[in-house]
Amino acid sequence: MTLRSLLALAGSLLSVIAHAGEVSVAVAANFTAPMQKIAQAFEQDTGHKAQLAFGATGKFYAQIKNGAPFAVLLAADDETPARLEKEGLAVAGTRFTYATGRLALWCKQANVVDDKGEVLRSNSFNKIAIADPKLAPYGAAAMEVIHKLGVQANVVPKLVQGESIGQTYQFVSTENAQLGFVALSQISLDGRITQGSAWVVPQSLYTPLKQDAVLLNAGKDNTAAHALLKYLQGDTAKTIIKGYGYAL
Amino acid sequence: MNLSAEDFQAITLTLQLASVVTVLLLLLATPVAWWLAHTRSVWRAPVASLVALPLVLPPTVLGFYLLVALGPNGPIGQFTQWAGWGTLAFSFWGLVLGSVVYSLPFAVQPLVNAFEAMGPRPMEVAATLRASQWDAFFTVAVPLAKPGFVMAAMLSFAHTVGEFGVVLMIGGNIPDTTRVVSTQIYGHVEAMEYSQAHGLAGVMLVFSFVVLLGLSWFNHRSDQHKKVGA
Repeated sequence: MTLRSLLALAGSLLSVIAHAGEVSVAVAANFTAPMQKIAQAFEQDTGHKAQLAFGATGKFYAQIKNGAPFAVLLAADDETPARLEKEGLAVAGTRFTYATGRLALWCKQANVVDDKGEVLRSNSFNKIAIADPKLAPYGAAAMEVIHKLGVQANVVPKLVQGESIGQTYQFVSTENAQLGFVALSQISLDGRITQGSAWVVPQSLYTPLKQDAVLLNAGKDNTAAHALLKYLQGDTAKTIIKGYGYAL
Repeated sequence: MNLSAEDFQAITLTLQLASVVTVLLLLLATPVAWWLAHTRSVWRAPVASLVALPLVLPPTVLGFYLLVALGPNGPIGQFTQWAGWGTLAFSFWGLVLGSVVYSLPFAVQPLVNAFEAMGPRPMEVAATLRASQWDAFFTVAVPLAKPGFVMAAMLSFAHTVGEFGVVLMIGGNIPDTTRVVSTQIYGHVEAMEYSQAHGLAGVMLVFSFVVLLGLSWFNHRSDQHKKVGA
């Protein structure tokens, strides 16, 4: 390739970038499925492209602190975005709750989990999976539910922990654990449980799983990043988010 | 350095796991390595490749297959349930099984090398002296291949201590049952407890270095020994 054609290529690339923006987004693992749909709709409606990276919020925090070039963070909690803002790594005043996570007790078999969670008092299971309460908000919420129901004695000896809510889902989905507290978003589509039996835990039993978004310093002057944050609060995104079982 | 009671629990469990795995691996790897070193079968290459697979496969792949296989509908899970052992995921013996698979090449390869280096001659001589095959194996082959056994044991032990991905995927992080040093460090780091992570990570670093140093010295010594003997 000659130098001239290289320059021409670079020029055309630059002009594309100037028109349709690109935004790199760090997305909490539990929000993977809805965010893929939202990104698709976002690109169709605005022409901007969202590059998505999925993972644990704690990992993203460490990466952002060490200079990862994400423009937007969709966290699994509300503490991490607040902390990033306090530490001067996120743009002040841009935080908002994009979804409120819901916890579900799930079994892959039909008719095992009843609609009051009474199964937790029974002996019909030998392992129950939760996300590590130290690492994942969904795990901490699950522990709250277990304590509020007063079923520690029956449940705690049978606990196994996934390092993330994604791994917790894996344990239950492969039936290595008969029961598990997973994110409702992992097992529901269009407002229905896709497989097995589940108890959607009443929100009165745990601290709300507020998931906050925030604009990071790297996205301060990025048009696409601003557009995405606005889009997440619009009707199209809200319909998708609700369909996956999140509250708003 | 301040290690908590849980950290010590993880260290004890890790040492137990590595010891059990090393013993099992030596028992399992010896016949496999002997066969690989002597056979002319067309199956040699496929079996050697199969044994070496854990060297190349990411632990996530091994862990994922194990998780599915150990589950109540997986082949291993069906067998263990039939045998009355329940399912093995999230148990000490599940980790043992995973670690045996994961560290297999580290036990087999040094033994194959040792058996091959020995050549057919010593066994032939033993046979002419009317030693039975078993007798010859234990009184001739095993002592001659001793450096191979030592290296296989040390590598299996160290590699099991350093195992992480497979344990993370089939362990379930249960204190005293499946929470080993590497997953404990991971938990500390993820929870941003860096000072605790440093303590255990330091122990791992020193341990690994000492094992490798020991191996190097041992290799050097047995090489010298061979030269003197020749």
